[in-house]
Amino acid sequence: MTERENPLPSPVLSPKDFDSGFDVRWCPGCGDYAILANLKRVLPTLGIPKEDFVVISGIGCSSRFPYYMDTYGMHTIHGRAPTIATGLKCSRPDLSVWVVTGDGDGLSIGGNHLMHAIRRNVDIKILLFNNQIYGLTKGQYSPTTKQSKRTKSSPTGSIDYPVNPISWALGAEATFIARTIFQYPDHMQEVLRRAAEHKGVSFVEIYQNCVIFNDGAFRYATDKEMRYDNVFELEHGKPMKFGRDQEKGIFLHGLTPKVINFKQAGFDESDLLHHDENAQESTLAFFLSRMRYPEFPEPIGIFRAIQKPTYNDLLDAQMEEAKNTVTKPLQEIVNGDENWTVT
Amino acid sequence: MEEVQKLEKRKKTPNKKSIEELERVVIRLAGDSGDGMQLAGLKFTSASVMLGNDVSTFPDYPAEIRAPQGTLAGVSGFQIHFSSTEIYTPGDKLDTLVAMNPAALRVNIEDLKSTGILIINQDSFTPRALSKAGYSISPLDDGTLSNFRVFPVNITKLNKEAVSSIEGISSKQINLTRNFFALGLISWLYARPLDSTIKWIEKKFSNRPAIVKANAKTLKAGYYFGETNEFLSVQYTVPKAEMKPGLYRYISGSQALALGLATASQLANRELFFGAYPITPASDLLHELVRLRGYGVKTFQAEDEIAAIGSIIGASFGGSIGVTGTSGPGLALMSEALGLAVITELPLILVNVQRAGPSTGMPTKPEQSDLLQVLFGRNGESPLPVFAPQTPGDCFKLAIKAVRIAIKYMTPVVLLSDAYLANNIDPWKIPNLSKLSPIEINNPRKSSMGSDGRFTPYTRDENLARPYVVPGTKGLEHRIGGLEKEIITGNVSYDPVNHEKMVNLREQKVSGIGKEIPSQVVEGPSKGDILVLSWGSTYGAAHTASENLRKEGFSVADTNLRFLNPLPANLGKILSSYKQILIPELNNGQLHFIIQARFSIIAESLTKVQGKPFHVEEIETVIKNIIGGIEHD
Repeated sequence: MTERENPLPSPVLSPKDFDSGFDVRWCPGCGDYAILANLKRVLPTLGIPKEDFVVISGIGCSSRFPYYMDTYGMHTIHGRAPTIATGLKCSRPDLSVWVVTGDGDGLSIGGNHLMHAIRRNVDIKILLFNNQIYGLTKGQYSPTTKQSKRTKSSPTGSIDYPVNPISWALGAEATFIARTIFQYPDHMQEVLRRAAEHKGVSFVEIYQNCVIFNDGAFRYATDKEMRYDNVFELEHGKPMKFGRDQEKGIFLHGLTPKVINFKQAGFDESDLLHHDENAQESTLAFFLSRMRYPEFPEPIGIFRAIQKPTYNDLLDAQMEEAKNTVTKPLQEIVNGDENWTVT
Repeated sequence: MEEVQKLEKRKKTPNKKSIEELERVVIRLAGDSGDGMQLAGLKFTSASVMLGNDVSTFPDYPAEIRAPQGTLAGVSGFQIHFSSTEIYTPGDKLDTLVAMNPAALRVNIEDLKSTGILIINQDSFTPRALSKAGYSISPLDDGTLSNFRVFPVNITKLNKEAVSSIEGISSKQINLTRNFFALGLISWLYARPLDSTIKWIEKKFSNRPAIVKANAKTLKAGYYFGETNEFLSVQYTVPKAEMKPGLYRYISGSQALALGLATASQLANRELFFGAYPITPASDLLHELVRLRGYGVKTFQAEDEIAAIGSIIGASFGGSIGVTGTSGPGLALMSEALGLAVITELPLILVNVQRAGPSTGMPTKPEQSDLLQVLFGRNGESPLPVFAPQTPGDCFKLAIKAVRIAIKYMTPVVLLSDAYLANNIDPWKIPNLSKLSPIEINNPRKSSMGSDGRFTPYTRDENLARPYVVPGTKGLEHRIGGLEKEIITGNVSYDPVNHEKMVNLREQKVSGIGKEIPSQVVEGPSKGDILVLSWGSTYGAAHTASENLRKEGFSVADTNLRFLNPLPANLGKILSSYKQILIPELNNGQLHFIIQARFSIIAESLTKVQGKPFHVEEIETVIKNIIGGIEHD
């Protein structure tokens, strides 16, 4: 709806162009810094003018994000960012709308909105920073905190069963689902780029370390020695293998995944389970989402990327159809079917 | 008009039946919710407005979608007040009640005037139906109706006789036309022409000729039954009312709000984004607006009220006119986001169709009990303008005004309707849209910049409004949000003095809207014994009561507040001109609380929380009591 002032091609942007000039106030060592740096690297490469980006967040440490990006942005209220992003995208489909949320903001107070934004397939990009703790309110357990975890509000251990964000997003029929880790810059940038390019809702879970209240929650996935055995990257059409020498792989035994050192066992890569991110049915993606440390290595990368019409496109199509069927001016509608003249 | 012409002829020839002229009449058609009383009422209304009467109506239908047939909970009624003089309410007591079954009689009889006309469908007074309505003996037999002029009619049987010979009518369909027999009968009683109803039937069922035939035939049969039958000996007429010349239609508050919003969108040449979650009695607004999609109204049904208001905050940030509609419980859910709209200073409209509370309360019943909630029901100092339309037609006007103010001042605006106003149907002089002034929306593309070369989103114009820069504007990228912002730069600020300044600026901005609000006008003497101060939809009853008493020589003035925040600038002066102020409202004294606090005066409060609008008489009685207690020099 906004007419462009300048029809010339946008100048090539750099991460620095996305610097808001605001002092970043996350704790020293916070995982959010890495995510900010990576997003700033990806956005300039998308060919989208800077003024067309809008970053919308709720409440929590992660939700300070918009203040640190020199795009349009709104730091809203707890859990409600998806609703605001939905309204914005539906009224302004020309914009690239990003939601930054956390495990508390997105899956606890805002779980309902996140679910509905996802099931509608609104063309927005949702980044869920998962640090498995409430950081801003100083250390209570969150919906993703592991059971038995001792926190300020669970001194004898949390009794909540945690939610699995990827399984949950699959339940809501997300058309794009991915997971990445704050200390994997190249991987994260690739995932963010793919999320940006996806037409429809993109849901990206980002493991993020809270250095103050939940330090080391993802050490199994970030530690140089441990990561090879605990994480594997999903690649479309490729076999699922991992380990320091890529010697281990995932087999499917009935409906149960099994980890086997396939090289030792004398198998070939082609015997391993292969990834298909475009599978229409979410069965494979779901079963991958159930693989959790320590029982299994955890998959990262793109779980699912399918196409279906977006909510905002469908809405605009209905609007267009309605406009095309208008036969009389608004005045006649206001006049109504039955009217009379008093002289 | 043929029936009326026939009647005219009869008047000239000797006629057993006499004709009596009345100034105004109140009737109610009541039956089971499946009996089609709403439709019959609407058609009677159409005929009355075509005759030139002033009309005010009120439908009263059960909360249950399909309440068990024949029960008290399933009774549906439609009240029509038609008059040769100007009227402002659907009327207090009934001159005529049509009761299609025992339950309808039981629920409505208390509103019938003594000596009022009671038309009963005798066929439905079976032992089973009587017991469902809680009657052990038929009220037709036990003398309890002796105060009324009771006319038992075999409506079911007569209707059946009229339509059963029509080819293609099933036995089930036969009974569905009873309402038109009853309509025909009272149309004769009050000399209403049938032609507008017949035209409507022909159009509505154009592809079902048997239904057209049946409905038209029984309608006429009812009319002729009244005309020829001995027992109704008087026919009543209500002459034309004097109304301002112009094109009229009748309209409900919900329809007027929807049309007003669509018109505002057109006046602003901007898409209107309506995000809402279904809730009684506000859902009609969503239904009306979704039909106006072709006129630039985009509708979004959200997952809850929080999402509804969230969506319009997003749409408004993007440059659309964000509007939501809800009722009490939904408003409660929206409170936090409304605060976000206040602090981000984004324009939006929240229509709250008030219903009886607290909590779920009585969803279909009106109350004005959310006033304090909209004024103060948010955390922090969170001022916003609040408007309350006084009539269905005023809903149209104030919807446009709300959009104008929201955009000019960059603020959320609350419109307080209620379940009565939403459903009340009144004649409405249709405005000429081309005569309405456009709504200016200025989305700057350039702006003065701060010392760091960045856009300063909290610079303010002469109205203290901040610039409405929308995403997509090159070079003016900025962030807004719920955290307190530094004056001018909009950076997050915890500075104590800055916070106080921002709180005060937001307050001053909303107070400044006072200059957009017309001076409060008083009807009646400019000073005297008593001023009746009503607000919103209580206008009709309060004004009628005051006018009636003025005619009786009492020193009574009345005025109705359409603007609750800010209040009209001259209100204080008005209040000081009367010995007593009476504030009638459908709550436990919320405006009364505000007025006493704001003007340091003692006012009288008249409250009603029965889920029903005021009767004129209730207000009259209190006014008289107060005047009786005033010592005159």
